[in-house]
Amino acid sequence: MTASRYVYAIGRALEPADLAGLVGIDGAEVHPIAHRDLVAVVSAAPADEAALRARLERLDELAVVAEAHHAVVAAVATQTVVVPFRLATIYRDEQRVGEVLHERYAEFSALLDRLTGTVEVGVKLYAEDRAPAPVTPSASGRAYLQQLSQRHRRRDEKWQHAAAAVERVDSSLGALALDRSRHRPQAAQLLGVAGDNVLNAAYLVPAGRLTEFTDLAHRLARDEPALRLEVTGPWAPYSFTEPDHGDRS
Amino acid sequence: MTDSNPWATSQRSGSNLADVLERVLDKGLVIAGDVKICLLDIELLTIKIRLLVASVDKAREMGIDWWEHDPSLSSRGQRQLEAENKQLRQRLGLPERQLEAENEQLRQRLSAPERPKEVPS
Repeated sequence: MTASRYVYAIGRALEPADLAGLVGIDGAEVHPIAHRDLVAVVSAAPADEAALRARLERLDELAVVAEAHHAVVAAVATQTVVVPFRLATIYRDEQRVGEVLHERYAEFSALLDRLTGTVEVGVKLYAEDRAPAPVTPSASGRAYLQQLSQRHRRRDEKWQHAAAAVERVDSSLGALALDRSRHRPQAAQLLGVAGDNVLNAAYLVPAGRLTEFTDLAHRLARDEPALRLEVTGPWAPYSFTEPDHGDRS
Repeated sequence: MTDSNPWATSQRSGSNLADVLERVLDKGLVIAGDVKICLLDIELLTIKIRLLVASVDKAREMGIDWWEHDPSLSSRGQRQLEAENKQLRQRLGLPERQLEAENEQLRQRLSAPERPKEVPS
């Protein structure tokens, strides 16, 4: 057991009982550190910082730590509004966590105000991956070049259509959401899914309109036969923690 | 329609490890902790995961370029980061073979269809 504290998130209106039984990194017991109405959700940090660093460089270990971090954030988010912290934010001791809550009280309060009653929904769109017509060896070089340029034109058209469709879906969803954040498209091949990830976005949605939002997403996707939809969440509002977050798209 | 408790009915669904990593590393509130070395390491780690997970070429082909203002993913920035990444590897003394093994491992983890669900209480 160490004095240093790993911070998962900051919340409001949390009682120690709300965190009972919750475990974080390395099975450490999660507990609150309160300052006025703010509560930092923390656990003992791994004792050996160098070892933690080395672990994060190993992808299997990184996955374990990331899941542990996320599990705590997700569990607390079901109970109260939270500002999720980035992985591996560690303070020397409990007193330092209290000092940070004190120093940044206004900033944290404003963020919590903005995020109260909201959830984050992930929306991914994939463009269908149709194999282009093969270019057949032809008697004339001219015909071959024509085929090539046709193929390029078709591919350009496909991307233009996909881009326009993404804009349509994104703007309709954006109109229902309070805010949105674009993530980087994921390499679909790496994830073992079909198509090309052409939109990877997060929307901040009023919790009471979650079903309406996901229904809208599915309805919009049905109108776009070239796109496949994937909805994830609800998530704690990871993507909306910048103090003056605006539409970054 | 209103959802009295959005968490009650729908657990985190359809998400993969990449979704979790991009949120806990790339998003989430960044506040300097007391362990400074950790902050630096996390920055480098984030870059590494971005390069692994992000698929920029396809989207650029479509003319979608919202990350162009993001130095880590503009083409110049990306080259710079790849160089930094290489330096990081060298600094850490990671042999290429180990990195390849790690990348393969990540691929397998990322494409794993089902992972244990967390249970919101």
